[in-house]
Amino acid sequence: MSVTTPVPAPVLRAAGDSALIVELGDGIAPDLNAAVHRLDRRIADAQLPGIVETVPTYRSILVQFDPAVTAAEPLGQALLGLATGLTQAVAEPQLRWIVPVCFGGAHGEDLDEVARRSGLGTEEVVRLHCTADYRVYMLGFSPGFAYLGGLPEVLHQPRRENPRMVTPAGSVMQGGAQAAISPIAMPSGWHLLGRTPARTFDLKREPPFLLAPGDRIRFTAISAAEYDRLEGMSGYLPDCETVTPSVTLMQGAAA
Amino acid sequence: MTTHLRVAAAGPSSTIQDRGRVGYQRYGVSVAGAADPLLHAVANALVGNRPGEGAVEFTLAGDSVTVEGGPVRIAVAADAALTVDGDPVPGWTSLRLTDGQTLRIGNLRSGMRGYWAVEGGFALQPVLGSVATHIRSRMGGLDGGVLKAGDRLPLALDQAADRGERCLDPSLLPARGGRLRVMLGPQQDYFTPAGIEAFLEEDYALSHEADRMGCRLDGPVIEHSRGFNITSDGIPLGAVQVPGTGRPIVLLADRQTTGGYPKIACVVGPDVAALAQMRPGERLRFAAVDAAEAGRIQARHRELVDGLPALLQSAGGFALYDSGRLLGFNLIGGAVTGWD
Repeated sequence: MSVTTPVPAPVLRAAGDSALIVELGDGIAPDLNAAVHRLDRRIADAQLPGIVETVPTYRSILVQFDPAVTAAEPLGQALLGLATGLTQAVAEPQLRWIVPVCFGGAHGEDLDEVARRSGLGTEEVVRLHCTADYRVYMLGFSPGFAYLGGLPEVLHQPRRENPRMVTPAGSVMQGGAQAAISPIAMPSGWHLLGRTPARTFDLKREPPFLLAPGDRIRFTAISAAEYDRLEGMSGYLPDCETVTPSVTLMQGAAA
Repeated sequence: MTTHLRVAAAGPSSTIQDRGRVGYQRYGVSVAGAADPLLHAVANALVGNRPGEGAVEFTLAGDSVTVEGGPVRIAVAADAALTVDGDPVPGWTSLRLTDGQTLRIGNLRSGMRGYWAVEGGFALQPVLGSVATHIRSRMGGLDGGVLKAGDRLPLALDQAADRGERCLDPSLLPARGGRLRVMLGPQQDYFTPAGIEAFLEEDYALSHEADRMGCRLDGPVIEHSRGFNITSDGIPLGAVQVPGTGRPIVLLADRQTTGGYPKIACVVGPDVAALAQMRPGERLRFAAVDAAEAGRIQARHRELVDGLPALLQSAGGFALYDSGRLLGFNLIGGAVTGWD
């Protein structure tokens, strides 16, 4: 039986005249972030009057509301109510995307350097990335930019001293304790491991965003030829499966 | 043929804005939208549009536009001189322009941003539910960028409706000063008592680093109590973030969705618009209000915006496309009195 780390009591923070922050803890950790996404789903399901949108992040949710419909005080009480008991057993289905990646070479210029610095072979680095169970902790920075938690600790490395002014769209990268898939060409100081032909952001597609906060990701290695074939397919989408995690119980929770 | 407005000359930073992109911050998409929603709503009300219709926000200097087709009903909400084909016309009123006529909007005499709206709005495809331009992500508006000479803006209405013109006495709009009301939080616990005191008791001035994303302020350093890095979280409109330098940055419509600097306070909505109208060098001071007072400020502001149509007056039934009559209308107290 696995044990879920209890989440501290939720804290409500004022965030101006039209928003509140519900904070479940501090730092970047899988259990804490999973609780954030459970709370975000509860808030959506509860359909509280006056909520305009929610922005789930690593350890908190920004809840924007319409002050013409609700005041902050009753909304805050309702949010705190929803935030209690988040560590109880859950078995909510999640989406897991199987994202193909062409690692190394021109597709991932920093793979060899990441391997050298970690003291591992490049094949081992690729194997670690393809067996890691990544989760979309949050999206931010730019449209569709997904921060992924779950990078194996042996691969944690500081970001580049000198950021690149342009990195290609679809770059699979790592920086610090996190990994990411870049939606569009952008500057970045993260290490480039490979590229995926899957576009995580495409305004011409409905829905334009492939990944949502809370989704899971498994990378799978492909050849350069397969990369070219998939990139040439119009409207290519990676495979996706629904996974239902086994129910985890809190230690000492009543059966 | 669809009626267009051709941009004969563009101001330095003119973009199409509405109320912004709602519901996509969770995907990293900035809200954008009018930096001064009140003046944006005034421009729309003058031409009879709903408050959130797409309109042009210009910065410091206005645009010149020429009608192709029409007639077109257009209104400018700004403290700026206007001409039609070289003849002065009044601001704060709707105007009916015919094929080939050119409206020229001059420099702002006060404020930072003005707005012009056309009856029916622009015929633009919304991106993620909004026509608001967000330049950094090249989204919305006309190809995600600023207006430039030669652009042709397609209009939703081929011909202006047959009705009289409407005007607004701008002195009816609330006076805006350098006092910005804030609610402390979400991370006021990242600052020392002396830091919070400096923030609330000292004068700050708008620096030259100010755009639609945010305004950096010059003034006393705000002291952190335990570093200046937080686990990145969501950023509400008007958030005052304090990076390692201790100098505050107020985040506006084009702000990033998430960030890792502690936020000492958030400016209340109507005062965010007032800040967006201030010019570099202007002085300001923050004043703390509680949630109840912020709610009352919001409610009064909402009544004002909802009541805008009732503040409008008939522009006297002048045939405003007759430039001679226009001139007369413009010179209230001067030529008009002379005719009496």
